[in-house]
Amino acid sequence: MQPEAFEPTLLGLIALLPLIGFVINAITAYAAPERKIIPTIVGPAVVGVAFVIAVINFLGLRSAELHGPIIQTYWTWMAAGSFQIAAAFQLDQLSMLMTLIITGVGFLIHIFSIGYMIADKGYARYFSYLNLFVFFMLVLVLGANFPVLFVGWEGVGLCSYLLIGFWFQDREKADAGKKAFIVNRIGDFGLLVAMFMIFSNLGTLDFAEVFAAAPSAFAYGGAVVTAITLFMFLGATGKSAQIPLYIWLPDAMAGPTPVSALIHAATMVTAGVYLVARSSVLFALSPVTMTVVAVIGAATALFAATIALVQTDIKKVLAYSTVSQLGYMFIGVGVGAYAAGVFHLMTHAFFKALLFMGSGAVIHAMHEAFHHTHKHWDAQDMRNMGGLKKYMPITWVTMWIATLAIAGVWPFAGFFSKDEIIWQAAARAVGPFTGWFTLVWVVSLVAALLTAYYMTRMMILTFHGENRTGEKERQHLHEVSPVMWLPLVVLAVLSIIGGWINVPHALAGTWMAIIPHSEWLHEWLHPITAMADEILATQVGPLAEQAPLFGGGEAVWGTVSCVLALAIILATSNVLSKKSVKVASESPEPTGFRRVLYNKWYIDEIYDAIIVRPVLFLSRVFWRVIDQGIIDGAVNATGYLSRGFGWVGSRLQTGHLNTYAFAVVLGVLLILGFVVIR
Amino acid sequence: MVQNSLILSAFLFAIGTAGVVFRRNAIILFMCVELMLNAVNLAFVAFSRTVGIDGQVFVFFVMAVAAAEAAVGLAIVISIFRHTETVDMKNFNLLRW
Repeated sequence: MQPEAFEPTLLGLIALLPLIGFVINAITAYAAPERKIIPTIVGPAVVGVAFVIAVINFLGLRSAELHGPIIQTYWTWMAAGSFQIAAAFQLDQLSMLMTLIITGVGFLIHIFSIGYMIADKGYARYFSYLNLFVFFMLVLVLGANFPVLFVGWEGVGLCSYLLIGFWFQDREKADAGKKAFIVNRIGDFGLLVAMFMIFSNLGTLDFAEVFAAAPSAFAYGGAVVTAITLFMFLGATGKSAQIPLYIWLPDAMAGPTPVSALIHAATMVTAGVYLVARSSVLFALSPVTMTVVAVIGAATALFAATIALVQTDIKKVLAYSTVSQLGYMFIGVGVGAYAAGVFHLMTHAFFKALLFMGSGAVIHAMHEAFHHTHKHWDAQDMRNMGGLKKYMPITWVTMWIATLAIAGVWPFAGFFSKDEIIWQAAARAVGPFTGWFTLVWVVSLVAALLTAYYMTRMMILTFHGENRTGEKERQHLHEVSPVMWLPLVVLAVLSIIGGWINVPHALAGTWMAIIPHSEWLHEWLHPITAMADEILATQVGPLAEQAPLFGGGEAVWGTVSCVLALAIILATSNVLSKKSVKVASESPEPTGFRRVLYNKWYIDEIYDAIIVRPVLFLSRVFWRVIDQGIIDGAVNATGYLSRGFGWVGSRLQTGHLNTYAFAVVLGVLLILGFVVIR
Repeated sequence: MVQNSLILSAFLFAIGTAGVVFRRNAIILFMCVELMLNAVNLAFVAFSRTVGIDGQVFVFFVMAVAAAEAAVGLAIVISIFRHTETVDMKNFNLLRW
């Protein structure tokens, strides 16, 4: 029987609903900000309905036989000669998956936000931004060509800026928003240049046409395709916080914590990974770019993990952890394991959103406790916490699940996705990639162990040991309301089972085979990555069966990394829970290497010295010398000159009749003389 | 005959011009302007001998305009005199920078 052609259900409405929500909430924020019932209902509802529509589409898509993406064109957006851009959405396996993550996780975070933000004056404004963000994010993943993607790309950047600086009365937070926006500009420039180059070489910007034309239009490893993908990757490093443009993400923690969960962990920062996975054909054509992506990803994963080791702010730990995990995703897409990168994107959305919201719950409880007794301690500093498991058992359990997931412990979600990436780095270390990818593999293993350490440290400092909040404050500590812990529980379940949709066949026959191996996600994304896989298979050769060092297959190394992670978690919790911790105000300044890590390798200071200051200096030169001196000088000089000539001319106006008469006579004589002599 | 008339016309015109340029008394300025106009009239009449009657028609126009101008101008001079007790033009230089 021929499967019937699949028609997407209300595809445009998925994106349109959050936009409607934005409009309603924005009007509420202006007209009646105290009517909190409107955003409470509208804000989460639009995203929830969008999720339902996405699920309906997903079920339809699963049972349908899909040949190529479904493209829905709404109107012609730009038309200039051969440059034709339609406002079109594209539904395929990748955009479907992203839509599910964005609306699903987004819905949970919206629910959580009700509890977290209800007391805030800008409640309606907050939900309007959040809805607008979801709209732009959906435009980003559903767009059928690069310009539409770019609209979403810029839109989420705008919403990120608005939400980081949500409490803009605080100068520091407003500055963090600006930093995020400005750093992202650098990346956006890269994406724009990549788009221009694609158009000038292929004459189109539609995904389907670009990727169909690329393999024949570009030589394998050619300079053009390398330049395009490198510029595109520059865009991805900006949005997805990779070296060298990662510096905005830790500062972005100035925003409300659910924002960190939604934008800076689950969705927006993964846009770069999505972009690389979407353009997998182009990236597969350039071995240089692939190496760059994987190496940058590995460097970021390790670098950010080292910083996370010693941070004391709970959100800062999670921020650097996010940067580190994004590094893993780029390792995945860099080594050509696009499905693995997207897989980690998905599981990371689950457990990192959970971790951020859990930290939000902790901060919320701490803040309330300090607020009751008017204690001016930092509610985000883990040194002020301790022993919270007694007061917040649900948060404690769910966050431990997420911690085990992110540390890569079997059978939690993170194990499957992270292990897949690490293994793919090893398997792809063949042919021209042998050297670099072996390094990437080793680094990713090391970073995974660091992950286990810093996450356990965070958990121990926050939830275990002595409570350090203070005698009176302790009585005000309590579990958050159900509207906040219910999303945590849902995400905790997803953090456990989320990885089971893609259990590698290689684990069959080992002790890990209790969970049926399926590689479902891999097959689901196969239509997207097939062309890139083919290019890699013909140009680079088949994947290796054994790791480049020490031998051993996927199952062996999976076991090794899992056991090591578990060992580190146990050892860390044993050692740290015995250690007594001093509260923030009594703690000594960190010394030695710890101090370097605590100050984030002084990267912000280095950037300040070698980039920000010279730019400021140049700006000042341009302002004072070029603009005020030369340009303004020229303009002012024109004015002064006219005035000068006018003054000279005005001397002729004596007001004496005789003078004028004389001038007239003189003029007549001159003209007559001229006529006569000629 | 025409030539002599034109020479006289030019002579009178030059006297009138010199008076306008060098004298300050408003009345004298007026008289000089009239002198210039009448010098032109003389030239018109002289030319009408060779060119045709048109020149004489123009003279009537000039005389009419001169009469009107004299009426207005003298009225202005009288009102200036009433204000300032003088008709010396060096005192009247308000229209300047």
